[in-house]
Amino acid sequence: MKYILMMNTMKAGSGGFDSWSPQEIKAHIAFMIDLNKGLSASGVLVGAEGLAFPSEAKVVRAGKNGEPITDGVFPESKEFLAGFWFVEVETPEEAYAIAARASAAPGAGGKPLNMPIEVRQVMSGPPEEFV
Amino acid sequence: MTEDLLRELTPKVLGSVARRSGDFHAAEDAVQEALLAATAQWPTGGIPENPRAWLIRVASLRMIDHQRSDSARRERETRALHFGYLSASESDENADRDDSLSLLFMCAHPALSAPSAIALTLRAVGGLTTVQIANAFLVPEATIAQRVSRAKQSIKESSSPFQLPRGEEWNARLRSVLHVLYLIFNEGYVTSTGSQLQVLQLSDEAIRLTRMLALLLPKNGDVMGLLALMLLNNARRRARTGRDGELIPLSKQDRGLWVKAEISEGVALVSGALSSGSIGEYQIQAAIAAVHDEAASIEETDWKQILALYDILKRISDNPMVNLNRAVAVAMVHGAAAGLDLLDELNSQPQIARYHRLEAVRAHLLEMSGDRAGAIRCFRLASERTGNAAERTYLRMRAAEIAANPT
Repeated sequence: MKYILMMNTMKAGSGGFDSWSPQEIKAHIAFMIDLNKGLSASGVLVGAEGLAFPSEAKVVRAGKNGEPITDGVFPESKEFLAGFWFVEVETPEEAYAIAARASAAPGAGGKPLNMPIEVRQVMSGPPEEFV
Repeated sequence: MTEDLLRELTPKVLGSVARRSGDFHAAEDAVQEALLAATAQWPTGGIPENPRAWLIRVASLRMIDHQRSDSARRERETRALHFGYLSASESDENADRDDSLSLLFMCAHPALSAPSAIALTLRAVGGLTTVQIANAFLVPEATIAQRVSRAKQSIKESSSPFQLPRGEEWNARLRSVLHVLYLIFNEGYVTSTGSQLQVLQLSDEAIRLTRMLALLLPKNGDVMGLLALMLLNNARRRARTGRDGELIPLSKQDRGLWVKAEISEGVALVSGALSSGSIGEYQIQAAIAAVHDEAASIEETDWKQILALYDILKRISDNPMVNLNRAVAVAMVHGAAAGLDLLDELNSQPQIARYHRLEAVRAHLLEMSGDRAGAIRCFRLASERTGNAAERTYLRMRAAEIAANPT
């Protein structure tokens, strides 16, 4: 079964990355690279991507004639999606375990961040007899 | 072995089949099939005595098969073509040369979008498969297949025959060809992360194709300039990224890792082009890269010469990107404040106002001028604007380093 693990980070500027020392940034990135290498080697990783910072992001709705109406995304006001993992596992517990490892990525002072990671099952196609 | 040979022969074979049949679309499919057949047969069965003629023959037969199944009505005319192809066993260097050039020019047709022109060039001229191209760009195979087929459709609809343009159009088309090759090089150069084990280096492929073009047009200064620019940048490739794909700026690179052979070849090419009086954008950019490559350290770099070259570049092509790079040279020669003044002028230019490199350069110059708080602010702003993960990490690190080292 496939799961998507969505990593949400705290509001911009509120004790986030900006206050970290170079060593803390390095340790955090090394942790993430290691995690991804491990997931990839064990065959569970379908894909993982980090997202660009939300300051340039837009919320889009279709207008009357289907034209895009854009509004800003205001990263100061809420948590935002920073990246995601797409994994293929045999049980939901496996997905939770991976999410917990990612959540514990080191932050300031090398302490685990315990970031919220939203774990959602990715819907599969219709069962064979329905096709 | 086989693959190198096949890729070298691809443009000659495709050029020849497309010219004789007058149907680029069908010829391109047929040549891809012939290449696949060769990949399957040659390694075990041996390379035929005249591999070029073998490929032309197989591609022609495939094409005829397809046309037959398309419509029996055209059979008589395809039979006539058939004999034309089969007699194409003798290699004619002049015809090969024109065919390869026509092919490159066609792939840079003005009706094509840049991504389509890139995909088509890599397939039709580079002899790469759709899968290889997709892997190099880290996109699904269907994306590249779509780009190639859209490109071929646009060419078909544009009703331009498979022949070289003339006069001013020839020059315009050559500029498009060079631009496409430059984009391919940049794609490989910017995305090479070190941790990413890529089977194919797009920058190497761009250099191979530009070398081919340089053989076809040996006296063209712009072609030499572009080849020099690629080589002079590529020489620094291994020094540009660290073990985990992190960016290493020019000032911190281990210059011992720079490839001397590429530097000397690039320097010779750009000197040759400039001394023959050919002064274009690529030649000047290559000359700037050459000054960097020949300096033993960032301090020993001849910034006065670099600034003089940027002044020439600004006269040839006055755009915000050139002005941004020139501001760095101005700062190195006349001091940070002079460079910062130039950046302020760029703030009002919409093409560049929100570009992350503007803030990154500003941060760098503010740091030079001793404004640490301003530098931290601008490095952070730049890190939020970039869409490249390695670059974001680098910019965040720079902000953190300044914050951590009060002096």
